[in-house]
Amino acid sequence: MVRNCREVKVREVRFLGAWDEPSDFVELTLDNPGWDGYRPGQFAMLRPKHWGLELSWGRPFSISRSDADSVTFFFQVVGRGTARLARLAPGDEVIIWGPLGNGFSVADQTPTLLLAGGMGIAPFRGYIEKHPTPEFLRIVFAHRASIDSYPYQLMKDMVRAESIHETSPDDLPMIIERIENEVRGAQGGIVLACGPLPFLKTIQQAARLHQIRAELSLERTMACGVGACLGCVCKDGHDKHVQVCARGPVFKADDVHI
Amino acid sequence: MDLRVEFAGLVLKNPIITASGTFGFGLEFMNFGDLKRLGGIVVKGLSLKPREGNPMPRIVETPCGMLNAIGIQNPGVEAFVRDKLPLLPWRETAIIANLYACSAEEFGDLTGVLAGEEGVAALEVNVSCPNVQSGGAAFGQDPTQIRKVTEEVKKRAAGKPVIVKLSPNVTDIGLCARAAQEGGADAVSLINTLLGMAVDIRSRKPRLANVVGGLSGPAIKPVALRCVHQACRAVTIPVIGIGGIGTAEDALEFILVGASAVQVGTANFLRPDQAFRIVDDLPRAMLKARCSNFAELRGSLDLS
Repeated sequence: MVRNCREVKVREVRFLGAWDEPSDFVELTLDNPGWDGYRPGQFAMLRPKHWGLELSWGRPFSISRSDADSVTFFFQVVGRGTARLARLAPGDEVIIWGPLGNGFSVADQTPTLLLAGGMGIAPFRGYIEKHPTPEFLRIVFAHRASIDSYPYQLMKDMVRAESIHETSPDDLPMIIERIENEVRGAQGGIVLACGPLPFLKTIQQAARLHQIRAELSLERTMACGVGACLGCVCKDGHDKHVQVCARGPVFKADDVHI
Repeated sequence: MDLRVEFAGLVLKNPIITASGTFGFGLEFMNFGDLKRLGGIVVKGLSLKPREGNPMPRIVETPCGMLNAIGIQNPGVEAFVRDKLPLLPWRETAIIANLYACSAEEFGDLTGVLAGEEGVAALEVNVSCPNVQSGGAAFGQDPTQIRKVTEEVKKRAAGKPVIVKLSPNVTDIGLCARAAQEGGADAVSLINTLLGMAVDIRSRKPRLANVVGGLSGPAIKPVALRCVHQACRAVTIPVIGIGGIGTAEDALEFILVGASAVQVGTANFLRPDQAFRIVDDLPRAMLKARCSNFAELRGSLDLS
């Protein structure tokens, strides 16, 4: 776990830009905290300075993209922390520590299927941007909210992309079947997935059944993000508790029990 | 300005110690500051055998605090001695092992493993485990048991300072501190977490798999300060203050009521460099308190 965060420091950076209009789907861009890079799939902990003591923890977010000037996160407002992050004013300072955890594998000239469920699309933006052979990538995106809520079009412009809209719970069997078929069709390549737990479970089972190499990014409530609080554990392949923050958030599909 | 503190046979370069369970084995925080700058590090609670801990969910954020029910997940004392301790700067910073067991005998055995380790500066005894043999009440809620466990650890500690970490979930904290002193403790540390609970009205379920958990963070600081104040008046051995300490000023408040040193816990989660920042901030806070060393400030609370 130490290996994964050698370059990590705590920084205080400014929120760049302003909000177009209030929305539950938030793209948050901060000054680059001085990172010399990151691996897509890694995450960072964010805590606005003005939170004071009321909210105890930073919030973990997958790094959506990063360049020399800035780092961007993409999230949905679901609770007090995200609601307050969505109300940052330009110039507000945010305490950030990262990049944390491990990222997705990058396999040059290898067919790579990206499976994103809802907010699980976030890390794939940077993944696509940084990939050496994007022509080998394909993304399948399952979502509930309107497609315009997500940074999907940006990705569609860069790689082969398809979206599946879940409009009611009745769509679920169709989506599950579609995802299973996609995984089965990834023979000889790799599957990288990020999304809600049932979505990941479907992918894990299909990958196991068809012996496909797959990696899953898990989401957990975290207090520290650095492996100390032991509040974010899951069971690994040997039925032992491991920290999602330090040993994940990206796991080989066989190495994690979900 | 002299930041050093001396107590219970320990000499610390400053009174800031990181609390057990909030700072991993220290190694997790090496990127965020120089461990050698800390007064001490209390490592994650250690048991004789590895423990998987409680099922998830284990943590809940609460206003100005958090609840946890981790269940002492740890790799076991032998793995600590073999894999973690050699990597820690124990020559420069006091590494304090936190001991967790469920019988006096097991506490003794655990002490036996650590007593010979040069890199361990002191032993902190966690008496919060329910004692199955005596009907399930935690050791820490029964002065007789506190005394017994302390005696057992002290007997096998080979001269290493023994610190007994006290629970606030008792009627009379002074009585518990005295029991530790009578058992031969070199110091007491307090407070451990306050027992609490959180529920979800939509699912109608508890928010912790363990149903109840320990409350920590700034929310508990007034309780902690009161307990430390009472313990300091009840015993002659040194007291280490713990509970909601997040700034250098907080640390000085505990020293003012009589603590010899303090432990920083949940604040390490607010930002992982917080303990180092508190160390950096001590001289400024001391100026504010018009004190030049901690011996002068300690216990100088004006009650007139």
